[in-house]
Amino acid sequence: MRIAVCVKQVPDTTEVKIDPKTGTLIREGVPSIINPFDQFAVEEAVRLRDAAGGGEVIAISMGPPQARSVLVHSMALGADRGVLLCDRGFAGADTWATALSLSLAIKKLGEFDLVLCGMQAIDGDTAQVGPELAQLLSLPQITYVDKVEIEGRKVVARRQLDEGYEVVEARMPALLTLMTPSDFVPTNPPFSKISRAQKKPLDTWGICDVGGDPEKLGLKGSFTTVTRVYTPPKREKAVMLEGTPTEIARKLADVLAKEGFI
Amino acid sequence: MTEPIQVNFEKCTGCGLCSKSCPFGAITIVEKKARIGELCTLCSACVQICPVQAITIERREVKVDLSLYRDVWVVTEVGEGCMKGVSFELLGKARELAAELGQKVCALLLGHGVRQYTDSLAEYGADVVYLAESEALARYTTDAYSPVISGLIAKHKPNIVLFPATRMGRDLAPRVAATLGLGLTADCTGLSIKDGMLLQTRPAFGGNIMADILCPYTRPQMATVRPNVMPKPEPQRGRRAEVVEVPVKLDPKSARVHLREQVRTCAAGGKKIDEADVVVTGGRGACDANGFELLQALADELGGVVGASRVAIDLGKKPKSVQVGQSGITVSPKLYIACGVSGAIQHTVGMRGSKLVIAVNTDPGAPIFEFAQYGVVGDLFQIVPALTEEIRRRKACK
Repeated sequence: MRIAVCVKQVPDTTEVKIDPKTGTLIREGVPSIINPFDQFAVEEAVRLRDAAGGGEVIAISMGPPQARSVLVHSMALGADRGVLLCDRGFAGADTWATALSLSLAIKKLGEFDLVLCGMQAIDGDTAQVGPELAQLLSLPQITYVDKVEIEGRKVVARRQLDEGYEVVEARMPALLTLMTPSDFVPTNPPFSKISRAQKKPLDTWGICDVGGDPEKLGLKGSFTTVTRVYTPPKREKAVMLEGTPTEIARKLADVLAKEGFI
Repeated sequence: MTEPIQVNFEKCTGCGLCSKSCPFGAITIVEKKARIGELCTLCSACVQICPVQAITIERREVKVDLSLYRDVWVVTEVGEGCMKGVSFELLGKARELAAELGQKVCALLLGHGVRQYTDSLAEYGADVVYLAESEALARYTTDAYSPVISGLIAKHKPNIVLFPATRMGRDLAPRVAATLGLGLTADCTGLSIKDGMLLQTRPAFGGNIMADILCPYTRPQMATVRPNVMPKPEPQRGRRAEVVEVPVKLDPKSARVHLREQVRTCAAGGKKIDEADVVVTGGRGACDANGFELLQALADELGGVVGASRVAIDLGKKPKSVQVGQSGITVSPKLYIACGVSGAIQHTVGMRGSKLVIAVNTDPGAPIFEFAQYGVVGDLFQIVPALTEEIRRRKACK
């Protein structure tokens, strides 16, 4: 079982706050983490490899040199090797240029039974790289998967729909995007495993290494352009209602009556 | 290779505004000059904020004639025996965009036995309906829908294509974009026309940041749009559309993903949370004892439904189908009552479109109060039953 897993380094957004004076993000003390959906993908890849009795899990990331740490983290979770796509020419990539870069790396790495991605990154929330990558690799895609098993040459996946779910199967190779089931608790690898992961092979590839055309990657290869970034206008703070529960209930009922809900 | 982002050191005053505005922490001020570090993603936040225009980003050039592309398309989605509301919301927005551009609105209708919906698509604003009827399209699959839509786009050259940002749309749109080599903006909450182009506004960083995005080099300009963020237009009864039959020849063998089992669920009471006018949501604070029963009683009095934050879902208090937030459902009811919800951004991103928000929480510092018009610092176990009782009393007096 040979599995490629795409992972992204993201800021831990649960801790991101806005500076009320400047209206900008306060980054101090905000740690960078592996995208939680990607961590689930890595753990599933390792589990599937082991259940199949062996094989190779390769974690791939695109980002600045510091993104190495998510690959080391992936290897501490059990991935066999890591590949970091790191080149200023990759910077500024939209989802299309990102998918194109990842597809070049995966093609260079050879044949895979499965390509796994998190359903989306918690910073961009686009959920687009997985399906775009699937198309570029000419693979069938199964998105929003929270449960996956292998049966012979088939992958069987449960995918969540807007209402309900479906269980589907596909012959491998296939690309899956994984969403964490609500009972998922991410594994925190012990120091000994992180230390061992440091010794696993980790390659850093630039545009030349993957045979990419610099005109088609990064910002130059992106079809979309961000023209403005800003914090959403803040709402006025709530009118606070005070008193005993009965008094508050009356005041709230007044509001609801005025607005036509009663 | 030269960097696409450049700082003109002669202009740069070292004021540091760029460094503060950078969402990625990529800019440092060294010897009173801005230095762009490797964390830079070329998002252009610094370019906008620089008071002396010292920072520039070089973008790619346009090579094709974009004016050949016309009309605003909406990919519609059919639910269980009905047209999904988001399809009408998108038609309403498409009408607005098309009017400004002087172009037509076209709806794409794919499925089996869906011809009946062409009339309502016309009434909600479609001038043309492309109708693809086939047994192979009865259930949404990537391998069947993507080539049909890619083919229609390649043939008819629309200017703009809008997809619903539902599970279907978010599976389909990127596949189509990658097939045709097109730009795509995810999960837009705002769309308008700027200099003849589609200005797409979307939240990132869990809603902490908004980004305006253009697609200057390729056509069509494509976006997915969240349900419940665009107002549903008033239908014009009797409005007609030209129906264009799209012959579909799909080889059953081309399907690579096969269905084994499908389970459809719906929120209790049948009314779906994203379509309800009133939503009463419980968070961590409602997870003790009979908290959710109290919320249900209040929701029943107001003719609404009960939602839950992720914590409550994880604790098994409510099914996943009523989870409001980033990893759940986006709602925009007329009334949203948040009880025991702290208001983490993962939650507020899913409810900030609500018209009237009332929050009840024991913690006066809870961020939910920043999203509410009315706040109560107090125990929901006392406030909610008192309010339910008060509403009952007033209704009885009417």
